[in-house]
Amino acid sequence: MNPVFSGFMVNAWLVATIVAVVGGAVGFFVVLRGSAFVAHAIPNGSFAGAAAASLIGVNTILGLGVFSVGGALGIGLLGRRGRHDVATALTLVFMLGLGALFLSFSIEYAPEIYSLLFGEVLGISANQLAPTIGLAVASLAALAVLYRPLLLSSTLPDSGQARGVTPFAIEIAFLLLVALATTMTVPVVGTALIFSLMIGPPAAARSFTNRPCVAIALSVTIALVVVWAGIALSYQTNWPVGFFVGTASAAAYATGRAWRFARRRHGGH
Amino acid sequence: MLRAIVEPGFWGSSAVQLAAAVGAVTAIVAGCVGVFTVIRSQSFAGEALGDLGAAGGSSAYLAGIPSLWGFLGVDVAAAGVMELIGIQRARGRDLATGIVLGAGFGLAALFLYLGTIYNNTTGVTVTVLFGSPFTLTPSVLPLVAAFGALALGAIVVLYRPLLLVSVSPELAAARRLPVRLIGALYLFAMALAVALSAVTIGAILSTALLVGPAATALQLTRRPGRAILVAGLIGVGAMWLGVLLAYDSYYWSSSHHGWPVTFFVVTLVLLAYIAARARPARGRAR
Repeated sequence: MNPVFSGFMVNAWLVATIVAVVGGAVGFFVVLRGSAFVAHAIPNGSFAGAAAASLIGVNTILGLGVFSVGGALGIGLLGRRGRHDVATALTLVFMLGLGALFLSFSIEYAPEIYSLLFGEVLGISANQLAPTIGLAVASLAALAVLYRPLLLSSTLPDSGQARGVTPFAIEIAFLLLVALATTMTVPVVGTALIFSLMIGPPAAARSFTNRPCVAIALSVTIALVVVWAGIALSYQTNWPVGFFVGTASAAAYATGRAWRFARRRHGGH
Repeated sequence: MLRAIVEPGFWGSSAVQLAAAVGAVTAIVAGCVGVFTVIRSQSFAGEALGDLGAAGGSSAYLAGIPSLWGFLGVDVAAAGVMELIGIQRARGRDLATGIVLGAGFGLAALFLYLGTIYNNTTGVTVTVLFGSPFTLTPSVLPLVAAFGALALGAIVVLYRPLLLVSVSPELAAARRLPVRLIGALYLFAMALAVALSAVTIGAILSTALLVGPAATALQLTRRPGRAILVAGLIGVGAMWLGVLLAYDSYYWSSSHHGWPVTFFVVTLVLLAYIAARARPARGRAR
């Protein structure tokens, strides 16, 4: 049996697969709503939660959860009737500022910061499996419930309001969905990896098709390919997974853009 | 009275003086550039350039190249790629920034990893992200001033056309202004300002000073010239108060643990923005 599939590597494959499915699916709405900044800010800021958790000695997932939900609500409330990107930027820097404060109280944290930022998918232990699966199921269930209203409000912002769904409620629900996906994925794959997965594959998928269901399926497929290839290459070379996932996601997006460009040229106008 | 607020040795400390000087220059440049960042809704690009510049700087440092060239090179390249793949359209702007940031993070992960193996300096990631104004060396001051002046000069030269392009691209296009060129030049000026402050005072503070004071100022006044002035004042105020509080915090507990400047400045900037937002309606920008 190939060593890539043996022992603790099974956990890595399993968790990375779950992460790719959730990231690819949630990412479709991130791209559709033009919320790339939010998808960057919530995972990145939630890292302060991990620092706080390690400082007071509670479970990392709890810290990540509290901070990513807090960040989501902060962005939603500050962004109401204001500039959304400003609200996101200020929430993010405030969370990171808190993180700097927590870090200043603990001394031996530097290597852990690196793994929080860039992930350590190969070091996943069996006891991380259950919470990851639980949160993944919750994310996908929330996505299924929110699917229609999210799609409606993202493509036709006015029609949702007419049906009694306020854009603000939808926005908060969406932000909480990103927070949920973040909590689940950051301890496993790091903030940088989940961000790449939520942007690159769905953006590529949208270049190939306009139909939402097909795009989500395609986005999940691309995310899976990217993550699996990343793990295999990381195992072979010992280089960080984040490098392969980050560059492969961008490459997927570039391919999508090139394909659309070629078709436009070919089809003519 | 004053003794109660300012702990002993504050005015005489050379670290404090340097932090206050570099912080003030950075805050003024960031406030000036930041007003356009907020008007043009490019906060994400500013934040991404801060992160990437910091990563580039640390990679260069680990590779043995002066970090200044690392972060400037990375940021100018990143700004170029963002511009190339469509930051000029509001719709695809977030996405273009995100793709560049994602790929950049990937590269940073690799460089930091390789650097860590060969030099065994994991601390560099932390220093770069959460840099502190108290750890500056006096040699950065002329550099900060020179590059800050360059960014300010670009804004002064571009001021009128940039304003028109930012507020009404259609009108600017109708007047045959080179909309895309002006946007690209602005992006490079922003890259310069952001990269410089990211490496001197840390990526977090760089974004905070770029976006926070400018957004607060634009809540208080709608006139861009006045907003630039107000943003500079708020930025310098937050920076100096942050330095003072961080210095004082050393005496707050018996363990003599100094709280980071970053935390105070970021909190002050956020509070200023919330206060400006909560202000009763008179003259408030919409």
